[in-house]
Amino acid sequence: MTNVLSIGRDKRTRAAASADRRARAARPPWQEPPSALGQTAKGLTLSGAVAIVLVPMWIIVVTSFSTPGAINRAGGMVIWPDGLTLEAYREMLDNPTVVTALVVSLAITGIGTLVSMVVSVLCAYGLSRSGSLGHRFILLLLIITMFVGGGLIPTFLVVTGLGGYDQWWALILPSAVSVFNILVLRAFYSGTSSELIDAARMDGAGDWRILWSVVLPTSRAVTAVIALFYGVGYWNSFFNVMIYMPTDSQKWPLQYVLLTYVDRGNGLPGSVNAGFGSTHAQTAPLSLQMAVVVLTLVPLVMVYPFVQKHLRTGVLTGAIKG
Amino acid sequence: MSARLSWRVRLRRDKSLLLMTVPTVVLLLLFNYAPLFGLVTAFQNYDPLVGVWHSDWVGFDQFTQLFGDPLFWESMKNTLYLSFVQLVLFFPIPIALALLLNSVLSERTRNFIQSVLYLPHFFSWVLALTIFQQMLGGAGVVNQLLRQHGIGTWDIMTNPHTFALLVTSQAIWKEAGWGIIVFLAALSAINTELYEAAAADGAGRWRRMWHITLPGLRGVIMLMLVLRLGNALSVGFEQFLIQRLAVGHDAADVLDTFSFYYGIATGNYSYGAAAGLFKSVVSLLLIWGANRLAHAFGEDGLYRK
Repeated sequence: MTNVLSIGRDKRTRAAASADRRARAARPPWQEPPSALGQTAKGLTLSGAVAIVLVPMWIIVVTSFSTPGAINRAGGMVIWPDGLTLEAYREMLDNPTVVTALVVSLAITGIGTLVSMVVSVLCAYGLSRSGSLGHRFILLLLIITMFVGGGLIPTFLVVTGLGGYDQWWALILPSAVSVFNILVLRAFYSGTSSELIDAARMDGAGDWRILWSVVLPTSRAVTAVIALFYGVGYWNSFFNVMIYMPTDSQKWPLQYVLLTYVDRGNGLPGSVNAGFGSTHAQTAPLSLQMAVVVLTLVPLVMVYPFVQKHLRTGVLTGAIKG
Repeated sequence: MSARLSWRVRLRRDKSLLLMTVPTVVLLLLFNYAPLFGLVTAFQNYDPLVGVWHSDWVGFDQFTQLFGDPLFWESMKNTLYLSFVQLVLFFPIPIALALLLNSVLSERTRNFIQSVLYLPHFFSWVLALTIFQQMLGGAGVVNQLLRQHGIGTWDIMTNPHTFALLVTSQAIWKEAGWGIIVFLAALSAINTELYEAAAADGAGRWRRMWHITLPGLRGVIMLMLVLRLGNALSVGFEQFLIQRLAVGHDAADVLDTFSFYYGIATGNYSYGAAAGLFKSVVSLLLIWGANRLAHAFGEDGLYRK
């Protein structure tokens, strides 16, 4: 298959790349100086794009830290910090629904990512040694699932048929394997220098040992990116909860709480002025709602900076390589 | 070399490699291949109490009923319309952003903009829509400002008539930044000597873009277009599921939500499976057709001819 997605992959030496970087920072000699108008338009467009992402997040964070008085004065969401307080966060962490949901979300994300990573790393390495018995057949088996699938209902019937209704594993196992992620990992593992692997084999290392002590340490960056992809998937999942675990609110993850209590405006059970179940329930204070939003953002924003610089390699390498 | 070894020797040699793929293969067999066989429920009157083996076979009855169902055609119409709007409004944006970003000289600024623009891709639809609700909703920031300045409110989050624009802007907000990645990679692969030569020949800024940059992007643009056309029937599932309540099913039902609401939610599993199967088959045909089209234009598409 074609390799369109992997064009631009850096195969040059580090020295050449850094020289290139230095050259880029200056305008190339053959290029005309930019017009003031063009430069301004470009600056405005890009700042606008950045602002569209950052401003809503700023408003939400500020509102979550605001006092009821400040929210009243602003007439709703707070744009400039006025009176700041941690009250909403204190109230949120006193609320059993939110705390349970946080624990559930963290557990699903942690266990799910671990399961997915173990399974995917093993499979990617198992398929990465060229000439090994049956690896082409298994690869084909994997790739077929990228193009044809049973769809929503047959999958639902299989999972419930296996007794997955209202079971934790139904939130993890059906989506534990992403063939795309395995292919990315495999592309990297195939690229691990074969001298290194042969040397390890000479020293008497078996495949398990080679994977653990040679291949994994040399591909930390891509492993981190793939773990982020899986982790984000589990952290964000709400649809599986909706179809496999819709009744017991004690088992809901944070995203589901966010949907029912913030987006749909139902009251948070246990908060001072809410009555759960009634459609006329008073909604939780705005600051508390925004605190829940911030809570779903925090883990993401904490992990993201460490992985972000590797994203490109993770996404592009060997994406559609057969 | 390995071809000369008998398979017994190779099996002994690659035993642990094979063992490593077992968990993945088992999971795929259970949750990807078994549902594939579960598709037979589309030709049955599936009864959860007796299971697939003992349900009545009804042939194409589910499909005849489906094609006579105005609700189904309504979702089909919505799907195609939304897909078209997304293609026209969404598709060019990542390309334009990538071109702009590529011309930013300072690496630090470029990296900052990139990381900010990628971020929404990692938000869940629940979170993204909550943010939209808080900004554009009835009690949101925009309406808050409009009210303060004595202008009437603007009810975009619940308006079925502007729903297509709304969901497209949501998709742009969430995914356009992420879409840049592949175009940036293609841009960095273009040989700078080409620009130098063109400049020496007297080509200005725009001519260089037209004759070097855009042809350099052609392959990737084509690939993205093929993927987009192949996915014309999948406009997004969670996004519509969540907003269906607010704008009503007339505007928000697409093929994916159709098989959910009239399949799982009502317990009419066979009907939903039939709708899903119909969608998969048409999607496969679309991918195939789009790919043929790409080949006809001399591009690689998804795979090389």
